[in-house]
Amino acid sequence: MTRLVARSLSVDLGRRRALSAVDLSLEPGRFTVIIGPNGAGKTTLLRALAGLLPASAGSVTLNGAPIGRMRATDRARAIAYLAQSGTVAWPLPVRSVVALGRLPHGEKPDTLPAAGREAVAEAIVRADLEGFEDRPATELSGGERARVLLARALATKAPVLLADEPVAALDPRHELIVLDVLKEQARAGATVVAIMHNLTLAARFADEIVLLHEGRLKAHAAPAEVLTEDRLSESFGISAHVSNGPDGLVVVADRPLP
Amino acid sequence: MSFSRPSLILGLAILIAILAAASLSLGPAPITPVAAVRALVSDQGSASVIVREIRLPRTLLAILVGWIFGLTGAGLQGLLRNPLADTAVFGAPQASALGAVLVLYFGLVGALSWALPVAAIAGALLSIALVVAVAGRNATVVVLVLAGLAVGSLAGAGTSLAISLSPNPFAVTEIVFWLLGSFEDRSSVHVVLAAPFIVFASILVLAAAPGLRALALGEETARSLGVNVKWLRLLVVAGAAIGTGASVAVAGSIGFVGLVAPHLVRPLTGYDPARALIPAGLVGAALLLAADCAVRLIPSSVEVKIGVLTAILGVPFFLWVIARRKAELAETPA
Repeated sequence: MTRLVARSLSVDLGRRRALSAVDLSLEPGRFTVIIGPNGAGKTTLLRALAGLLPASAGSVTLNGAPIGRMRATDRARAIAYLAQSGTVAWPLPVRSVVALGRLPHGEKPDTLPAAGREAVAEAIVRADLEGFEDRPATELSGGERARVLLARALATKAPVLLADEPVAALDPRHELIVLDVLKEQARAGATVVAIMHNLTLAARFADEIVLLHEGRLKAHAAPAEVLTEDRLSESFGISAHVSNGPDGLVVVADRPLP
Repeated sequence: MSFSRPSLILGLAILIAILAAASLSLGPAPITPVAAVRALVSDQGSASVIVREIRLPRTLLAILVGWIFGLTGAGLQGLLRNPLADTAVFGAPQASALGAVLVLYFGLVGALSWALPVAAIAGALLSIALVVAVAGRNATVVVLVLAGLAVGSLAGAGTSLAISLSPNPFAVTEIVFWLLGSFEDRSSVHVVLAAPFIVFASILVLAAAPGLRALALGEETARSLGVNVKWLRLLVVAGAAIGTGASVAVAGSIGFVGLVAPHLVRPLTGYDPARALIPAGLVGAALLLAADCAVRLIPSSVEVKIGVLTAILGVPFFLWVIARRKAELAETPA
């Protein structure tokens, strides 16, 4: 069981303070969605939680251990990170890309042990990529490639999964498939955090929502508590309608506020 | 099309052995490949002297220099996630040559001194560091090539300046021919001078292999997989600079092997940048050996310089790669 905790975490990007004094505790078994307008510090928060950005003040700890002082491979085994820009530089076959998720375990893609092969095969099935195994990853559509990279993150079998806009490039069907996978991960005991822009989907899938605005944490609670019309107008600058639909809240952005 | 790696490596090793035998038998004195190999391993009088003293150093240098060019080319392409990366594109050979020329003319040491490879390595390091610093980490191919062009031109101008200021016309001819790149008249001293640096550079680049594989998914993802990207960059850039410097110091400037070799092996190694390293090095060795045999077969009064031949063959290849990949190159960040 893995708890990821940020204590008065501040991060500077160059001279700009991108994140100010964020306190956040992420519990195992929960699917947390980070929302906020562009430039709110969502990616910065996720990267700091993953140990990819140093804290300017405050700390991030994984089960009490400061993440900045962990060995890189230990950290990589504990936290799988799915980056926002889904690039694959070479026409590597899908199976090899997914197998890169085993690197933190010291397993090389061409000589995977049984456990590694099993993890890769399972990740491919869960990301709905059967039949794509031998296709070059560079020749896939954006949505297909996004799922390959998700499978890569799943193959690590890390207790923490941090995903930066995992459904940004996906069609509605694969949006649901991917969010189901993330939710399943959480149900299986993982600490799952994802950045999302679709507030209705966020409300429907998230156990908790974190609202960021101008580098500060504005709210961290259940979807119904965070997604209020007042909060949306204050943080996103929109007039929005929040209503109850058959699968949870429905958030409709009406118009931008002046 | 994908061969098993051991059979690919074995096939390339056999090819290099055949080319090496050919290289030992080629020259003004006619010696058959079989006789050449016999003269190498047992005492056959004058044939042994020719093969061991004249042709063996030349053959070994072609293998060493070709190997390190192929290896560092593959390493740089993996590091920058860019099929057009090569030390030659960074202006490193020109900068190495400038370093060596400066030492020769102003430091006044002999052509067989350790100072020569050290100065050449310093030149290469400086040029690659300058290109990377100017172009920045997320530079596009265009920016990278332009920066390399500028640095290479600057180093070339520096070399020209050194030559034109040189008081000794005989030395000028000597240096110009040396700059064109050749394995002619090299001795075992040259091999001893270059080999330690080339072995060290190989170790650096090969140590980067697992990281290069993860880097295919971008820097951020590689870091999240536990790869120390800064260290990786240092390994490859230092390896490339040391390898180029040592090679230029003994063979003059020979370009484009590092660009061509990785391209030839990539489809055979499943496009994995880590698995491409050793085969690319072997292909580089085979290419340069073949080129060095070719310059001895081309009928002419003076031997054609191998650097000229690799450029004549390499530049059209470079242009072909650009033409074929125009669309993706337009948007690929390096």
